[in-house]
Amino acid sequence: MRTNGGTQMLETTYRETVRAAIREAILKDSRVFLMGEDVGRYGGAFGVTKGLLEELGPEKILDTPLSELGFTGAGIGAALGGMRPIVEIMTVNFSLLAADQILNNAATYLHMSGGLFNVPLVIRMATGAGRQLAAQHAHCLEGWYAHIAGIKVVTPAVLEDARGMLWTALEDPDPVIIFENPTLYNMKGQLAADAGAVDIHKARVRRAGSDVTIITYSASLFKALDAATTLAQEGIEAEVIDLRTLRPLDDDTYLTSIAKTHRAVVVDEGWRSGSISAEISARIMEKAFYELDVPVERICSVEVPMPYPRHLEEAALPQATTIVQTVKRMVHHDG
Amino acid sequence: MTTKTARRRAVLDIDRDHALHLLHEMLRIRRFEEKCAELYTALKIRGFVHLYDGEEACAVGVMQALEPGDAVVATYRDHGQALARGVPMNRIMAEMYGKQEGCSRGRGGSMHLFDAKTRFYGGNAIVACGLPLAVGLALADKRLGRRQVTCCFHGDGAVAEGAFHETMNLAVLWQVPALFVCENNLYAMGTALRYSHAETNLAKKAAVYGLPAEVVDGMDVLAVEAAAQKAVAAIRAGKGPYFLELRTYRFRAHSMFDAELYRSKEEVEEWKKRDPITTFARYLQEHEVIGPADVEELEHRVAAEVDEAVAFAEAGTWEPVEDLTRFVYSEGVRA
Amino acid sequence: MAEFRMPSLGADMESAALVGWRVKPGDHVQRGDVIADVEADKGTFEVQIFEDGIIDQLVVQPSDTRIPVGTVLALLRAEGEPAAQPAERAPSRVERLAPEEARPVEQPVPVQPQVVPVERRLKVSPLARKVAAELGIDLNTVQGTGLHGAIERADVERAAEARKLAAKAALPPAEKAPPLAEKPPAAVVEEKAPPLTAEKAAPSALKTKSAEQQAAMRRAIAAAMSRANREIPHYYLQTHIDMSRALAWLEAENLKRSIKQRLLPAVLLIKAVARALGDVPELNGYWIDDHLEMQEAIHIAFAISLRQGGLITPAIHDADLKSLDELMETLHDLIARTRSGGLRSSELTDGTITVTNLGDMGVETVYGVIYPPQVALVGFGKVTEQTWVENGMIGVRPVITATLAGDHRASDGHRGGQFLDALNRHLQEVEKL
Repeated sequence: MRTNGGTQMLETTYRETVRAAIREAILKDSRVFLMGEDVGRYGGAFGVTKGLLEELGPEKILDTPLSELGFTGAGIGAALGGMRPIVEIMTVNFSLLAADQILNNAATYLHMSGGLFNVPLVIRMATGAGRQLAAQHAHCLEGWYAHIAGIKVVTPAVLEDARGMLWTALEDPDPVIIFENPTLYNMKGQLAADAGAVDIHKARVRRAGSDVTIITYSASLFKALDAATTLAQEGIEAEVIDLRTLRPLDDDTYLTSIAKTHRAVVVDEGWRSGSISAEISARIMEKAFYELDVPVERICSVEVPMPYPRHLEEAALPQATTIVQTVKRMVHHDG
Repeated sequence: MTTKTARRRAVLDIDRDHALHLLHEMLRIRRFEEKCAELYTALKIRGFVHLYDGEEACAVGVMQALEPGDAVVATYRDHGQALARGVPMNRIMAEMYGKQEGCSRGRGGSMHLFDAKTRFYGGNAIVACGLPLAVGLALADKRLGRRQVTCCFHGDGAVAEGAFHETMNLAVLWQVPALFVCENNLYAMGTALRYSHAETNLAKKAAVYGLPAEVVDGMDVLAVEAAAQKAVAAIRAGKGPYFLELRTYRFRAHSMFDAELYRSKEEVEEWKKRDPITTFARYLQEHEVIGPADVEELEHRVAAEVDEAVAFAEAGTWEPVEDLTRFVYSEGVRA
Repeated sequence: MAEFRMPSLGADMESAALVGWRVKPGDHVQRGDVIADVEADKGTFEVQIFEDGIIDQLVVQPSDTRIPVGTVLALLRAEGEPAAQPAERAPSRVERLAPEEARPVEQPVPVQPQVVPVERRLKVSPLARKVAAELGIDLNTVQGTGLHGAIERADVERAAEARKLAAKAALPPAEKAPPLAEKPPAAVVEEKAPPLTAEKAAPSALKTKSAEQQAAMRRAIAAAMSRANREIPHYYLQTHIDMSRALAWLEAENLKRSIKQRLLPAVLLIKAVARALGDVPELNGYWIDDHLEMQEAIHIAFAISLRQGGLITPAIHDADLKSLDELMETLHDLIARTRSGGLRSSELTDGTITVTNLGDMGVETVYGVIYPPQVALVGFGKVTEQTWVENGMIGVRPVITATLAGDHRASDGHRGGQFLDALNRHLQEVEKL
């Protein structure tokens, strides 16, 4: 532990903070419980819930059978019935089995019932590629889910958000899906010991700059920050924005940035066509057209089912080097 | 077929008032459905409408076993359950019209009737999608220590869906206080039971998961009532979920625009001889529990209620277009 | 008498054929009875009636024809009601609730993609366009260094800083101004401060500008003006023009017009210049590299003062082809859009000659600086009462002093003089303008 001007800071990992968030929520509110595949005895597919079953008991940490549709629907029912369940769907790849419940029930109940029944459900899912898990285990579908009216979609990238978004999501009366990228689970960092709930509706500027605005979310944030460091050595100051929430999108933050930098690039791990980066690019065109000095760029995954070998996977995903090259092409003469 | 089809000619002491109540409830449904057919042909009601003629004994019989605090989940063929549950007829009719005085504010229509006071959770139009919800609702009751039962109506078609099997498994695994009522009317839209189920004995399919499963004559309101009372008593006593297969028949088409090419008129006429309302009325009169004047009086009362409901719906108002985007997210909360 | 209509049986049912009746006139029917069979896309349906009564008339006979939902098929009378007179009734059309009959939807004919001739469009970023408009920079003469050769903001700023800059623009502070390059980008200065005139509107410092920024701006303006003066060999000619006939004609014309449509003297001057250019075309062109490129079209850049100080010179396109009323309308429009910042870049870059009329500022004579790549600038002072000698008679006439600043590379004093002469002639016959 280190102190930092009075606030006690802890050295921790993303995984540990998510665990701490789940634990705290369950201890604080008796309506909260977590259910999903292998969350209990196995300790969580990614080790996130290790130890929680032993500490909190099987009613709070509930191992489910392989029934994504069934237990997601049950989560919706439990939320309707007055509980505050956290449904963990092991990965977004398997969430497709539950998509009907998410779209046709969770997202619609409030509207279909004319305001009678809200669904205060939280779903956590792992998402993204980068570990050579091949085509069926590498999807990045946050953008797809962000298309659905009636739910909220958040993508915590930094420790503070991994720790603090869960509680806010649980307090939200409407369904919230939290996407965690497993390549971040091992990420180490400092976090205030008393870090608490954070908002789930605003983006944040993670690095200030004046030459280009890099808009991104989740694991790509760190690639963007790496790229920004490289660019700075060449005199290009990038402003990096962590979207934090894909639905609703916080337009104000990135539009304000673009009014300053006049250049924008969106980094999105989803497949390019019809992605959330396309939505953001359209909004920038609609609302900041006259601020743009160059066209909006998008760096997305190449549109292929994810291949297994490492060099191909890396070529398919957005990388820091791609970001650097793109920005240099956009700026190409410094200021 | 090895199932003992207990054709329960009820050996209840039939209280006259109770008998009249059952008859009245079934008549309300029948006359309401007839009125809906008429209004649909006159373009007052639009979209999809699925009528319950012939199945009245199912909804009415089961409802006798439920208490006000219990929850009901139904399918798109939900008028019968909604009426029998106590959702006011005029609010249902207004909902059919799409008026904002409807039980779902006009937003749901025929397939999405909702009511908070009677814990009526729809009106669900995706076949089998209500089953997992029921598990969750029942789980919440159990966890929160409420001695309530969740009654989930579904059809023979739902038994083919994966959701049914996941639900049965989860329900028994978690021992949730749920009653699953399968209204087997022998057709999933236009496909007869024998063309969609390798094993047509549906109760047997449920029993395999480890819950009590009985077959009941769905045209006999007393038999249904008796079976439901027994099942619900067991559930309330903490014995876990229960499954009832009610064998019944719908006299009308699947929905309004169905030419019924898939079944013969003769078959329909055969089943009409077992009309739950006329057979029950005859039975009561034969046993001198009621007289023809009673039936006439009930018909008048029902006719008046239906007329009043239509008048209420006709006089209803349209929700302002400006309110279109309300109830996507809960109000009073930041989107 | 009640009407029995073709029912709607489904969301997509719009019409059906009447296959057959199950009743005939005189039959008693009860609510719920099936009285007809109809055939729609999905198959044959039994149709129920929802009233009690007696069939009075079968209005439509069975046939293959598709009948729209809502059409009256039969008439029903109540018990005791007299029968209706058999009438020649065509099936009445749709009541207000019935949907429209499905019309065959015209299938779009595939259109051959046209080969669009490639226009030489200027690639300019939206931001650069915006800034150029603000600074009054001619985009045609800005060197683009952006992606695909596009003009970016920095290019516009560079161009602006190389010349005198418009006061209105939100200019970046001096630290960003590049030093005056050895090779001048061919930028056009749209604002000028004629050295001999009392600054007609002292550049009122924008309240938001710091003194430092103002100083930087003036330095840049000075540099730009110096360059123009240095590079273009100017010659100046002047003449006095009797405006009595022109003004008298104008007064008479304006009596016929509403206030809104009244013509200002400025349009006479503009049109006269346009006509005179027809006589001496060498003054209507661009000096590019080392030669004159005369322009066919006559776009007169007219100097308009900005409230905050400074001038902007948007072009009046095809001034020679416009009537006086059209010129007036254009002028009004340009002034309004100049003030609101809504000028188009083509208006700022297309001028083939500039006219500056400082008359209402009280200046009598204007010695201007030419805006490259133009090769001439016409200046007008105010109209003053002067003694005038004509035919040996002394009188007092309203007189305007017209000056020509000419680029000696493109024209000489002889031609310049002929221009002013032509100008005078046209202003003596303004009714012919």
